[in-house]
Amino acid sequence: MQHLIFYSFASILLFTSMMVIIVRNPVRAALCLVLSFFTSAAIWLFLEAEFLAITLVLVYVGAVMVLFLFVVMMLDIAETPLQEGFTRYFHVGIFVAFVITIEMIAVLGASHFGLGILPSPIEHPEGYSNTKALGRLLYTIYVYPFEISAVILTVAIVAAITLTLRKKKRKTQDPADQIKVCREDRIRIVKMSVASPQKDNEEVES
Amino acid sequence: MIFQVINMSFALPEIFMMVMACIVLLVSAFMGKDSSSVSYWLSQFTLLITAFIIYLSISGTGGITFYGSYIKDPLSDILKLSICIINIFVLSYSWYYLKVRNLFNGEYYALATFATLGMLIMVSSTHFITLYLGLELLSLCLYAMVAMKRKSAMATEAAMKYFILGALASGMLLYGMSIIYGATGSLSLASISTAIQIGHLDNTVLSFGLVFLTIGIGFKFGAVPFHMWLPDVYHGAPTAVTLFISTAPKIAAFSMIMRLFVDGLENLHQYWQGMLIVLSVLSMIIGNVVAIAQTNLKRMLAYSTISHVGFLLLGVLSGTNEGYAASMFYVLIYALTTSGSFGMIILMGRNGFEADNISDYKGMNERNPWFAFMMLILMFSMAGIPPMAGFYTKLMVIKSLISVDLILLAIIAVLMSVVGAFYYLRMIKVMYFENPIEQIKLQAPIDIRILFSSNALLVLLIGIFPSSLMTICITIFS
Repeated sequence: MQHLIFYSFASILLFTSMMVIIVRNPVRAALCLVLSFFTSAAIWLFLEAEFLAITLVLVYVGAVMVLFLFVVMMLDIAETPLQEGFTRYFHVGIFVAFVITIEMIAVLGASHFGLGILPSPIEHPEGYSNTKALGRLLYTIYVYPFEISAVILTVAIVAAITLTLRKKKRKTQDPADQIKVCREDRIRIVKMSVASPQKDNEEVES
Repeated sequence: MIFQVINMSFALPEIFMMVMACIVLLVSAFMGKDSSSVSYWLSQFTLLITAFIIYLSISGTGGITFYGSYIKDPLSDILKLSICIINIFVLSYSWYYLKVRNLFNGEYYALATFATLGMLIMVSSTHFITLYLGLELLSLCLYAMVAMKRKSAMATEAAMKYFILGALASGMLLYGMSIIYGATGSLSLASISTAIQIGHLDNTVLSFGLVFLTIGIGFKFGAVPFHMWLPDVYHGAPTAVTLFISTAPKIAAFSMIMRLFVDGLENLHQYWQGMLIVLSVLSMIIGNVVAIAQTNLKRMLAYSTISHVGFLLLGVLSGTNEGYAASMFYVLIYALTTSGSFGMIILMGRNGFEADNISDYKGMNERNPWFAFMMLILMFSMAGIPPMAGFYTKLMVIKSLISVDLILLAIIAVLMSVVGAFYYLRMIKVMYFENPIEQIKLQAPIDIRILFSSNALLVLLIGIFPSSLMTICITIFS
């Protein structure tokens, strides 16, 4: 039963990941990516990595991909130019993929990573919390890498703002300036001679 | 779980630099339009103080802290110190370049400081995760810096290429790391090393992982056949950024190969030696031959970088302490010389004009004999002509090859440096024996002239008295 579920999830994952690249419509590609994230979360559940599985669904499917979908839908991305050169390099690509697959089958198969060589994972005791174990590791042993990733995120946001901020002159109100205004700033009183035939004294707005 | 007391004092340079990088960022955010000079001086101050902190701690004891993710040893001290010093040079050139063209604000210096932090982290990591994160921190800053000139189509294209290929290379590197982790059951380089030494490991799996690690390193170095991004990025990026990419990150890349291949996987030497031989021979041949055909100085220097990377790998692949020391000496001198060469391009340029064509240097000797002479020193050093520093670096690398009986490789290296001498000497011919096209005087202010002259004279000085730096490199690996 477990095998059946695993293989069905795995084949869905492979299929959808392929579709992400092959499908012409960007919205469909993004949706396929959502499905592939979801199935890999399911596979992680098999590995008893509940926390990672839930985070993958919440963060990637729930937040990142939804945002991504919005962006893809808002930008009117032309479909055809993305596929340029696809047929031209198709043969080479297939050949390289074939060679790599053969190599990976040769190396990553049961003869090198089978149960006879590596010990099977330890059964966790009742009440074992994945989240707790991860949290404990992150804030003790991996505290240094954890801090570095914080710096990386800072750099990412700095870079994103630097590359996208357009410096426009914005029309904004400044209440302090508005209050400070006095009559003399706005109105100029001009004295004119009475002898002039047409005009009387008048207030001229500056 | 056992709690260790983390020795924070080892990581003082990184901590200081991170705090200061945040301050530079805040200053440039709050000061707005006119922040560039303040953040420039602040980042120079940061580099100087960090260099000073590292210098003070050189004599102190080394060790591993942060639960085996951070190492302080002589190698990390010297490399960090040189990264800081090289970056002081680089930022000074950049400042002049950016000020004249009125480009970029304080963010540039904030990103540069963060990139330096990434390099420091890489240099003193003994753990796959730390190494990878340091590399990503560095690369992210570099991608952003290349793309910062948004209106230039060339810079955008360069940034795009750099970003995509860089991401691909990081993926390869991670895949290799995960395979090695699968085989040895550890991410820490020290325990990987002992696991391999004890034996009973599957060499097929290890060498499979090693292939991906080599590809990742090859990409980051720009070794053939993973060099495609390098000429385009060097050419497309603003010269100040090219200067930044081509100097200190190479030192960090050297530390990456030393940490991964020597600290972690030295027992697999027979496997990685072959791969590195292929990379280095191809790099030397393609780099030197294609450089001949270039008319753009930045592109020519990019191909010359590829050939230098080939040379640098020669020392590492010899697998002896002598070879590692030779490579380290090579990368330090290379960074210094390159900073001078790109500095010359910056010095010659002015607002709206990049002096990046070789023909722009025609008759330099008539226009300004002193700077033509300085450029001559740098080109001689690149070509490896005595008494410049470049000669001793090449000599040391070739000596280390001969001592492990890789005579054929040594012959190829010598032949290729003869080919390489052609385009460096052509540059000198253009400067000394051709008539100038324009008679405009150099406009650079006195401080940048002094900086460039001292940079070039330093190359000459190390060439005349190479023993002190050489001894430092040799003692690190003995």
